[in-house]
Amino acid sequence: MSTTLKIDTMAELAARGEAPEILFWVGCAGSFDDRARRITRAFAAILHEVGIKFAVLGTEESCTGDPAKRAGNEFLFQMQAMQNIQVMNMYEVKKIVTACPHCFNTLKNEYPDLGGNYEVLHHATLLQQLINEGRIKVQGGGTFKGKRITFHDSCYLGRANGIYEAPRAVLEALDADLVEMKRSKANGLCCGAGGAQMFKEAEKGNKEVNIERMDDVLESKAEVVAAACPFCMTMLTDGIKNKEKESSIHVYDLAELVAKANGLID
Amino acid sequence: MIQSLVFIVLLAAGAGLFARQVVRIRRNIFLGRPLDRTDRPADRWKTMARVALGQSKMVSRPVAGFFHILIYVGFVLINIEVLEIVIDGIFGTHRIFKPLLGDFYNVVIGFFEVLGVGVLLACVVFLWRRNVQPLARFKSPEMTGWPTLDANLILIIEIVLMSALLLMNAAEANMPDKGGYLVSNMLAPIFAGVSPEGLHLIERVCWWLHIVGILAFLNYLPYSKHFHIIMAFPNTWYAQLEPAGQLSNMESVKKEVALMMDPNANPYAAPADGAEAPGRFGAKDVQDLPWKSLLDAYSCTECGRCTSVCPANTTGKLLSPRKIMMDTRDRLAEVGANIDKNGSFVDDGKSLLGDYITAEEIQACTTCNACVEACPVLINPVSIITELRRYQAMEASQVPSEWGLMFGNIENNGAPWQFPAADRFAWADNLTVNSKKNEA
Repeated sequence: MSTTLKIDTMAELAARGEAPEILFWVGCAGSFDDRARRITRAFAAILHEVGIKFAVLGTEESCTGDPAKRAGNEFLFQMQAMQNIQVMNMYEVKKIVTACPHCFNTLKNEYPDLGGNYEVLHHATLLQQLINEGRIKVQGGGTFKGKRITFHDSCYLGRANGIYEAPRAVLEALDADLVEMKRSKANGLCCGAGGAQMFKEAEKGNKEVNIERMDDVLESKAEVVAAACPFCMTMLTDGIKNKEKESSIHVYDLAELVAKANGLID
Repeated sequence: MIQSLVFIVLLAAGAGLFARQVVRIRRNIFLGRPLDRTDRPADRWKTMARVALGQSKMVSRPVAGFFHILIYVGFVLINIEVLEIVIDGIFGTHRIFKPLLGDFYNVVIGFFEVLGVGVLLACVVFLWRRNVQPLARFKSPEMTGWPTLDANLILIIEIVLMSALLLMNAAEANMPDKGGYLVSNMLAPIFAGVSPEGLHLIERVCWWLHIVGILAFLNYLPYSKHFHIIMAFPNTWYAQLEPAGQLSNMESVKKEVALMMDPNANPYAAPADGAEAPGRFGAKDVQDLPWKSLLDAYSCTECGRCTSVCPANTTGKLLSPRKIMMDTRDRLAEVGANIDKNGSFVDDGKSLLGDYITAEEIQACTTCNACVEACPVLINPVSIITELRRYQAMEASQVPSEWGLMFGNIENNGAPWQFPAADRFAWADNLTVNSKKNEA
């Protein structure tokens, strides 16, 4: 049944005297980047389907400050952080989920010291919990049953925060044929976008980092590359286009894979 | 008697010179900015036991890991014998523990000899890996000259020390009143037919070579990458326990931001009396770095595991995390020498950023933490890179122009791209899904 979802904002809920179970922190990429917006919509669809009462900040959300901090602009980072913390503390936010590992790392690790204390989850972890609790079931054998899928570890999820198993558990629940790339988990190769590289051209070298990563992707012979980060999504998609493999290798976010396997999105 | 006196003088000189150099290095490290790394002592001891004592990160590369552990175990255990050598040297005794331990002594020394052979073998393998086998990480530009010579010298000195120990015992193996041990008995035929006086001379020469060699090597350490055998322990103890992705929030900036966000603050107010003048934001030179980064620099043994996994370096960019560490140490040594000469630091017109590390290098870092993960002694090059970037962004205003635009976008519309903030929620417009639930 085709349904049009109405996404609540914190302001709307507060006006009704309600509070959500969880705040969905969308992030800049998830809000503005066309490809990442599809991830946001897929994840919102999942939250709706499992009946989690969630809300977003909507236009009250602002950049966490991560790219500014990594590029050295601590002033701008702290200004952003203080502004976001004021908003979230005003709404008495307790729990946050985000599909962006950069937002996740900053909210979870760098906000508490500035007065923002929340339970912060990356969506890989929440999806794993929902699967474990039986609240997400892959129906009809699943779209990805037996498909060769590899997971590209995001640096800010993996090495930065030690989350390696949750995304893999989600993929295993799809009944997919999970294969590892040569460089994975703690030895995973960066997509090239972290540390504010997303926002500038790379320094002079002999190769782009995402092209280097394509060697691992092609060697794995995966049909689907699963990502858990909107920046990795951009870099991997560009890399696959560069290798002219876009008809045989597809890049999906974990949320998209789960939503597709459940028939929530096409 | 004369031998004892000579020995005592050499021992005191060797230990004294080493101690003087260690004090200097400690002073150099604390030229850095304060940072508290004394919380959670139990976790710190555990980390040190696992990573430094237990060599847990070495084995992620099995070949290098195996031979490194061979040298490590050999060196640590054989040094127990140095205790006996020192006592013998001071009192003019010979193998003072032998009568005390009896047969057990023979077993222990035999075991040490086996370890000694292991060390010899590993040193030869490492010389081969460094000089014959084309291992890219030993051929990087920053390894040209002294770093390569240093590595080879260490291995050759270790071969000399172990050979002296084994040959000394082999000479004794030919003495009817002394006798050899497990390995030296097998080596004994080397000196077959040598006169008793000759054997005694060989034994003495090897004994002196071994102990003087150790004292000399000890004093070579502070000038060499080999200093890591000591520094690995404090460096792992003081390592960051928080998740690798967590960067510190600058305290100096916190104060400024609090003022800016305080509607009652008077921006023109003069600073309170006795208020500290604000320091430099970020790091331009080594003194601006937290002291832990300087400890990191002295702990680096230039193995290059960091550089070999760095996404920037492997795609041909200038950035090499190992070079960041070596540059920091070399600049710190230069600053230290400046202080030794002048009593306190006299501006030499040089700085870490600019004269050693270029903007191009630090800008190429993706902060992916692969270097941090790869380091066998928990060195953090990203921390130095971040401090240098802070200086570039907040003091020098010399960031790449695209980063300048990105900063502007975040300030103006709350996103790193130039999209109107009002569109932030547009993703939710017409969000249609194939829900299996009945209600919308």
